[in-house]
Amino acid sequence: MPEKGRELTFAQAIREALAEEMRRDPLVCIIGEDVAEAGTPFKVLSGLVEEFGKERVIDTPISEAGFTGLGVGAAMTGLHPVVDIMFGDFITLTMDQMVNQAAKVHYMSGGAWKVPMVMRTTLGATRRSAAQHSQSLHAWFSHVPGLKVVLPSTPYDAKGLLKTAIRDQNPVVFFEDKMMYKLKGPVPEEDYTIPFGVADVKREGEDITLVATSSMVQVALGAAAMLEESGVSAEVIDPRTTWPLDEKTLVESAKKTSRVIVLDEGYGRYGVTAELAAVIAEGAFYDLDAPVRRMGAMHVPIPFSPPLEDVTVATEQSVFEAARRLCGKS
Amino acid sequence: MTTVAQQPQAAASVGAEAWLRMYRQMISIRLFEEQVNDLYTRALMPGLAHLYIGEEAVAVGVCQALRPDDYITSTHRGHGHCLAKGASPDRMFAELLGKEAGYCRGKGGSMHIADPATGNLGANAIVAGSVGIATGAAFSAKRLGNGRVCVCFFGEGALGQGSLYEVMNLAQLWKLPVIYVCENNLYNEYTHFSETTAGDIMGRATAFGIPAESVDGQDVRAVYRAASQLIERARLGNGPAFLVCNTYRYHGHHVGDINREYYRSKEEEQRWKAEHDPLKLLSRWLAEQGLAAPADLERIHSEVKKEIEAAVNFAIAAPYPSPDEVEQDIYA
Ligand SMILES: Cc1ncc(C[n+]2csc(CCOP(=O)(O)OP(=O)(O)O)c2C)c(N)n1
Repeated sequence: MPEKGRELTFAQAIREALAEEMRRDPLVCIIGEDVAEAGTPFKVLSGLVEEFGKERVIDTPISEAGFTGLGVGAAMTGLHPVVDIMFGDFITLTMDQMVNQAAKVHYMSGGAWKVPMVMRTTLGATRRSAAQHSQSLHAWFSHVPGLKVVLPSTPYDAKGLLKTAIRDQNPVVFFEDKMMYKLKGPVPEEDYTIPFGVADVKREGEDITLVATSSMVQVALGAAAMLEESGVSAEVIDPRTTWPLDEKTLVESAKKTSRVIVLDEGYGRYGVTAELAAVIAEGAFYDLDAPVRRMGAMHVPIPFSPPLEDVTVATEQSVFEAARRLCGKS
Repeated sequence: MTTVAQQPQAAASVGAEAWLRMYRQMISIRLFEEQVNDLYTRALMPGLAHLYIGEEAVAVGVCQALRPDDYITSTHRGHGHCLAKGASPDRMFAELLGKEAGYCRGKGGSMHIADPATGNLGANAIVAGSVGIATGAAFSAKRLGNGRVCVCFFGEGALGQGSLYEVMNLAQLWKLPVIYVCENNLYNEYTHFSETTAGDIMGRATAFGIPAESVDGQDVRAVYRAASQLIERARLGNGPAFLVCNTYRYHGHHVGDINREYYRSKEEEQRWKAEHDPLKLLSRWLAEQGLAAPADLERIHSEVKKEIEAAVNFAIAAPYPSPDEVEQDIYA
């Protein structure tokens, strides 16, 4: 974790990572809908086209399958494209290109071809955007050998992980929580990267481990603060990448605290929480005092109406209560 | 290019009553959308909305040429389509506010209004997301022999999606009664369509042998005339058609898109409003033809205004669904 100092928002950290990598490597380019003058609907890319020009910050037609496939081919033949998929829900349109093409090219060719490409997209509900603009579908890509999947939860992590993603020689999918773009946090001026497959202990604790990804990290930290006031010491661990996965850090924390809740905004059923809970159960079975508890999004299409949408995702309060129960406190 | 000139002349004579009905519908959409903008500005509406103001003649001209039991599919900019197909403003507003009285019991919101009673298969927040659904509805209409047609509304941005061309090929092969209505309002979000669309738009249809027409989408009479002919042709078993309506959205891509100067000028917006307003064009024509006096149109305006105000008040007062509804209707 960085020292106190300069603060950036999550969006600024991403923009800075892209700008620095584009200065470092002229082969990096951005491809997507309304990425140039508009700088995306979330304004994450504002200013990049002014610095790097339309040759490298490239607006596309609304053709996700087409330009993702183009990104795969461009990556195989010398460029380092960062493909922008405006909402995570639209990755469904890119599935053949990512799953049957990008993920398999290296292996199928016996290591002859590489696909050094990044896909940036979003996840997260509670923006009142309804069922086709609110999903967290990162489990889909995490399921596929050949892809790497990144889930930053702070501005610091976002910048360091995105730089690693761009320098990686494989297809990497980078999910950003759209509700987090304005979150501020310390980001040092100097160049740094964060390796994939290294979990970060966001908070140390003794009684229970909260493993949380992306949007759920802030929820876990909020719940941990509430737990502390009620006499429960919670450790918060962020795996940061679902693949590669830092199994060791998760298992060690579980062994230390003996109780675990796994939090992720994707669907629980067949989801990231299922995989993480299984890893922990296998690795720490004899040290656990309770079954690993999973908290994912409720298994429903995300509803529009605020009172309905609000009950579909875990909150600080619901995590606090679940943790207290798991510790036998209520 | 194939034209509809040889096709049956269903729209040949339309009386004053029908034009006044279309005028009323266009006003109704305009005032509905102005209320939506107001609700958003007053922070009474959750989420976003994509306003249809400026494009009213397209939905109204096309839907007036449909039977009540015909189908439509709609888009993220769908309020106008839904209203023109017969949705009532009170349940529309209720849906936009996430209330239980809404068309989707609050589950859908602005981008997902659906209503079987008016043949509305649903608005869709995925660009080109409904082209398959629309073509499938035409497939079942043909198989069931019920004489229905389906109109598939989409913006010119959907021309970027490959799935559109897959279903157009199917529709022409199997002579399905579907009309693809492309609303070209010049912009895909914040990018002019000329930067995203190669070649000829009409040629995309004619390459499949699908008849294509292009009309002034601000002139409800032109839209109605062209739509009527293409719809009747499809109903008679002659297969799909493609109708481009050239139009303009007056507001931002969505309600929060306020500063637009980086992608289009204020002068351009002013020009469209001053010279191509669908309401002004129709009211001028009605006056010239002696079909309606200014007082008649003012009366319609004030009646609609009252209806819309009552509808919005209904929606504001309506209750939210109970949170346990969240797990209802996942499966049929
Ligand atoms: C598959 C998909 N990609 C991107 C988007 C984001 N998006 C929403 S509306 C829009 C532009 C649509 O332009 P157009 O089809 O011309 O319709 P208009 O908004 O002009 O009515 C985009 C890119 C989306 N909803 N779905």
